[in-house]
Amino acid sequence: MEYEIVIGMEIHVELGTKTKIFCSCPTEFGQDENTHTCPVCLGMPGVLPVLNEKVVEYATRAGLALNCEIAHFSKMDRKNYFYPDLPKAYQTSQFDLPICTGGAVGIEVDGVKKDIGITRIHIEEDAGKLLHESADGTLLDVNRCGVPLIEIVTEPDLRSAEEARAFAEKVRNILEYTGVSDCKMEQGSMRFDVNLSIREKGTEVLGTRTEMKNLNSFRALIRAVQYESKRQIIELKKGREIIQETRKWDDTKGVSSSLRSKEEAHDYRYFPEPDLVPIVLEPSYIERIKSKLPELPEAKKKRYVEEYKLPEYDAGVLTTTGVTARFFEEAVALYNEPKQISNWMMVEIPPLLKENEQSMETITITPALLVELLKLVRDKVISGTSGKEVLKEMFVSGKNAGDIVKEQGLAQMSDTGELEAIIEKIVADNPKSVEDIGAGNEKAYGFLTGQVMKATKGKANAQVANEIIRAVVARHLA
Amino acid sequence: MSLTREDVTYVANLARLEFSEDEVTALADQLGAVLDYAETLSGLDTSHIKATEHVLAVQNVFREDEIKSCLTNEEALANAPESEAGCFKVPRVME
Ligand SMILES: [Zn+2]
Repeated sequence: MEYEIVIGMEIHVELGTKTKIFCSCPTEFGQDENTHTCPVCLGMPGVLPVLNEKVVEYATRAGLALNCEIAHFSKMDRKNYFYPDLPKAYQTSQFDLPICTGGAVGIEVDGVKKDIGITRIHIEEDAGKLLHESADGTLLDVNRCGVPLIEIVTEPDLRSAEEARAFAEKVRNILEYTGVSDCKMEQGSMRFDVNLSIREKGTEVLGTRTEMKNLNSFRALIRAVQYESKRQIIELKKGREIIQETRKWDDTKGVSSSLRSKEEAHDYRYFPEPDLVPIVLEPSYIERIKSKLPELPEAKKKRYVEEYKLPEYDAGVLTTTGVTARFFEEAVALYNEPKQISNWMMVEIPPLLKENEQSMETITITPALLVELLKLVRDKVISGTSGKEVLKEMFVSGKNAGDIVKEQGLAQMSDTGELEAIIEKIVADNPKSVEDIGAGNEKAYGFLTGQVMKATKGKANAQVANEIIRAVVARHLA
Repeated sequence: MSLTREDVTYVANLARLEFSEDEVTALADQLGAVLDYAETLSGLDTSHIKATEHVLAVQNVFREDEIKSCLTNEEALANAPESEAGCFKVPRVME
């Protein structure tokens, strides 16, 4: 029997507002414990929450970017549960009338395109952080309590770990472009829950599903899906039944395990939040937000192919994140050589970012500095090989290309007299190569060129050097 | 009676309340009577009335996204029955 994996995802994204969803405490990450709190987010009796207008705006923007319908009328509800990460003993969320419904995101895996349906997006508050560091208790940091979240819920449209990854990446890129979140996974700004079940291929009925919560990297997402789907298939092959349960993914051990303690059926007893009034959005408000949406990855990619004549692959890579696209566009505005810029951005820059522990977010090279370097290469002041060395040095020292070229004497040797002397000597020292060339082995030219580059430390103008080599060899063979 | 003893025990468990056998019986009676009374509303024809999504007639009460001062760590923890390392301390919970 052939099995099919069926996956639905819930993605929690922290919105990049300055303040929390219902109070004026800052949302800033990485502060001392319990220093960003007030009576509202501490859940003190008698306080009243007031919704942050930016949360509504960002959720609307995210919904539009993910092709959702924006609700004219939505409201907040209480989701009741006992867990000490929320001082109120309930989470303020949205139940039956979420702010966005019915969206879709297109993905492409191995050349196959498909749309992944988005059931809904709702707004809610994040919970606090539990620290299990005390010998005889659990510690609670309330700073994160009330940080605004959107939860994106998909249809069970995903069929593999690769599709789940492609979808999650696409959503991250779109949200990063729209500026509603920094989507920093390492800070928990984006977390994935996965609902997974297995069914016989070709059938329509869904199998019993398990849920894995709070996967906090793409790697964890892929591995959790691979492990859990394999586990369920093995269970089914053994004739066992899948138990509907929440499972914990242990990323270090690479296994999922049952969370028996939470098996008690959840009954959240949702009811409308009496302390918050409904959200009513007029078409004019939605239109205004729509008109301010930035160019999204898909459209940008298309434009790069059409306007800059870039291969689709280049356009795809350069539009992966907003910062990369901005860098590229700034460079092109200064220097209209899109393909050359693209090559350097895709091939030379990534390894140097890694080496220098930088990312496109923190890169110290500006588009203007890169352009200065590329012009030196274009004008043949330095060779492409030297250019790579100069770029490396730019990362390390922060100096500009022109200064590095001067200091290290990297300017290309195009002086034919000087080059001729060097080449004469190399050809004389390598009679075997000359003989090989005479016997019709053109490859021996490559060896001689290599020797010239070595002798000039890569400074020889390759084209000039090649012409001289051919002339000198011809003379020797005559 | 519209409420069973099982209903009472279930709701009590969700609310983390404990009752004796006698109390459960009494509550099933009393809460059942309340629900039965509320049930009289179902006798009305409401087909022409718009569903009530929310009890308040007000809408769109928002605040600007502006930071205001917070409590200090000491103030935040002032009423905590137990604290440690700048945090609220609660009975140990397992992941
Ligand atoms: Zn607060």
